[in-house]
Amino acid sequence: MPHQSIASFGLCRDCLGRTPPPPPPGRRWRCRACGGPRVVTHPELDQLTIAHIDCDAFYASVEKRDRPELADQPVIIGGGKRGVVSTACYVARMSGVRSAMPMFQALKLCPDAVVIRPDMARYVAVGRQIRAMMRELTPLVEPLSIDEAFLDLAGTERLHHGSPAESLARLAQRIETEVGVTVSVGLSYNKFLAKVASDLDKPRGFSVIGQAEAVAFLGPKPVSLIHGVGAVARKNLESRGYRLISDLRAASPATLASLFGKEGLRLSQLAHGVDHRKVTPERPTKSISAETTLEEDIADLTSLEPLLWRLCEKVSSRLKAANLATAGVTLKLKTADFRLVTRTRAGFPPTQLARRLYEPAHALLQQECAAHRGRQAWRLLGVGASDLKPGEDADQGDLADQTARRDASAEHAIDALRSRFGDKAVFRGISLRHKRP
Amino acid sequence: MKVTVERTALLRALGHVHRVVERRNTIPILSNLLLRAADGALNLKATDLDLEVTEAVAAETAQAGATTVPAYVLYDIVRKLPDGSQVSLESAGDGAQMLIRAGRSRFTLQALPESDFPDIAPGDLPHRFTAPAADIKRLIDKTQFAISTEETRYYLNGIYLHAAAGNGETTLRAVATDGHRLARVDVAAPAGCEGMPGVIVPRKAVAEIQKLLDGVDGEAVIELSASKIRLSIGPVVLTSKLIDGAFPDYQRVIPAGNDKVMVVELAEFTPAVDRVSTISSERGRAVKLSLQEGKLTLSVTNPDSGSAVEEISVDYEGEPLDVGFNARYLLDIAAQLDGDTAFFKLADAGSPTIVQDREGAPALYVLMPMRV
Repeated sequence: MPHQSIASFGLCRDCLGRTPPPPPPGRRWRCRACGGPRVVTHPELDQLTIAHIDCDAFYASVEKRDRPELADQPVIIGGGKRGVVSTACYVARMSGVRSAMPMFQALKLCPDAVVIRPDMARYVAVGRQIRAMMRELTPLVEPLSIDEAFLDLAGTERLHHGSPAESLARLAQRIETEVGVTVSVGLSYNKFLAKVASDLDKPRGFSVIGQAEAVAFLGPKPVSLIHGVGAVARKNLESRGYRLISDLRAASPATLASLFGKEGLRLSQLAHGVDHRKVTPERPTKSISAETTLEEDIADLTSLEPLLWRLCEKVSSRLKAANLATAGVTLKLKTADFRLVTRTRAGFPPTQLARRLYEPAHALLQQECAAHRGRQAWRLLGVGASDLKPGEDADQGDLADQTARRDASAEHAIDALRSRFGDKAVFRGISLRHKRP
Repeated sequence: MKVTVERTALLRALGHVHRVVERRNTIPILSNLLLRAADGALNLKATDLDLEVTEAVAAETAQAGATTVPAYVLYDIVRKLPDGSQVSLESAGDGAQMLIRAGRSRFTLQALPESDFPDIAPGDLPHRFTAPAADIKRLIDKTQFAISTEETRYYLNGIYLHAAAGNGETTLRAVATDGHRLARVDVAAPAGCEGMPGVIVPRKAVAEIQKLLDGVDGEAVIELSASKIRLSIGPVVLTSKLIDGAFPDYQRVIPAGNDKVMVVELAEFTPAVDRVSTISSERGRAVKLSLQEGKLTLSVTNPDSGSAVEEISVDYEGEPLDVGFNARYLLDIAAQLDGDTAFFKLADAGSPTIVQDREGAPALYVLMPMRV
């Protein structure tokens, strides 16, 4: 935990009490009241209001919560023998397993891992429960994914009878006892540093980065600490001598802007610990998509069609749930050697029907398969809906389309049957079709 | 190949032909024009594999033969040559080049062999009729604006041309729609068009035919099969593939029961729509038409910038009615009307509206309303 020197008090994360100044050097600081060791302190602890909360190994934690016998075993959440690791629990991480790692590699590192197929519906439900608890603290909750969010707690002190830090410690404890998963909290004065902070003390952590030490803290860190700086950007920056964040800080904003454009200005600001982005509760959805890594590489259009159909159904049901329609479909493909191909078709009348998503998606897939004469094998298939419109505009029909409303009511009838009797109650024949030998 | 052509004639022919060639091509031969010298004529041909245009120019042929050269380069050279010059075209370097000479200018172009040049292979074109060029041009001029650019419904990317029977007479009819508006235009049926299949002529071919017919009097010969169309006008022959698809049953969307009639002076209506639509933030925002007896109020409200209202007097005797339309589409249709007035037939705020010059005019437009 950074900077424990001049704090006038500490906050106990176990009993949530304030505990007097730190003990003489050499002795561990324990809570005066409960004797717990988890005391967080910082000179600015009472002033900081922006937090980032991140669930620890979320999918794996949910699985362990629901299957206590897995508690001490390495658990990996991921799809099939061919997929990638989406989450590894902390036991599995000790063997070197990381998210986004191909499953075969993960199993080589950790052969006795318990591999569980992700049950997204359950994780989403738990994520919602946690988000609801966050919203009880402040309306300014900006979810980044189902298991992490930014919170702005400015002005909540009187409401919650305590500083943001105290409210957050209470929330973390509440999530742990009521939901049964642990979270890590990062507290700072802007989103960038709050997110950096939440990563410092994982799992079950609580880290604080104050205004006073932000610049000194960032200086020796590699540029890749900055979100948006991935492997390629890092190489690019390093080749120009910007290895550490202090290197970026030493350069003038003008220099960085001339080298990297707008991104250069952003890097310059972040290097100085400046980030003016607000915590905005509702980010309008820009696209809705679904994708799947195939069990084995497939080149043949006929074998891809049922998979494409199921993805369209998935995207369609998400559009319907969000009351949105789409006027642009993107097909996403990944070749066996991990090359990404995306193809978009846009400008059709807004729809939320699986059948109508399938048409353009299928045309694009057919085109792509034909372009490679059916010899290109694909490892991943995805469908995305962009150019989103209000659901009221969906499938209204027009002068050249007399069947839209009929198609819509047919599909909605099928949806109704499925929601009563399950997904297997009614489905289109195409989803049954098997791969040709 | 060795041939001499008069520059003006060559330029005019190149002007017709070279546009077919796509500016960006991955296949080199498709950037080229085919030149074929035969008895007393030089034949030019360009293709994009879907559309092909040929034209013959009178020429002095010293040696028959053929070659292909980059279309835009040849066009630019001939364009810049002095008026009245004689242009000599000659194969050189064992056919790998073509020499162009005019006056003191000399050009050498890289050539590709004639045998590589693709042919659209029109096959049998069993239906043939002759129509006044002005009629064909009218069919295109009045409907082209409604052609869709949407890729998904590819069968809307052209003009549906067919023989239509109604009221005891047959007409040659063109229909185009993008789903929001529809244009339907009739001309007198030329002899021989009755048995023709309904065909969808693609947008690019439509645009080229329109240019070829520009300012041309006389007759155009049209030949077709279910998959190809050929139009000949003088020395120019255009052959195009047709869009392989089913055009929607447009008659079903032309409302028959619209009983609210409004007649408005175009000279007042068009500028007024244009003025009030200034206030809308993005193009294509709705303009609201509020009808009362004898009066039309046009209004636009844009929460970001403000509002606009304009009133004009019209012939209207029905119930008060509010309906919204895309201002751009209203203006597009108004621009097609030939007379001084526009004749609207409306039903309600949610149904398509008909616009014509007058009741029963040969051109009919249908416009979908927008929510306002």
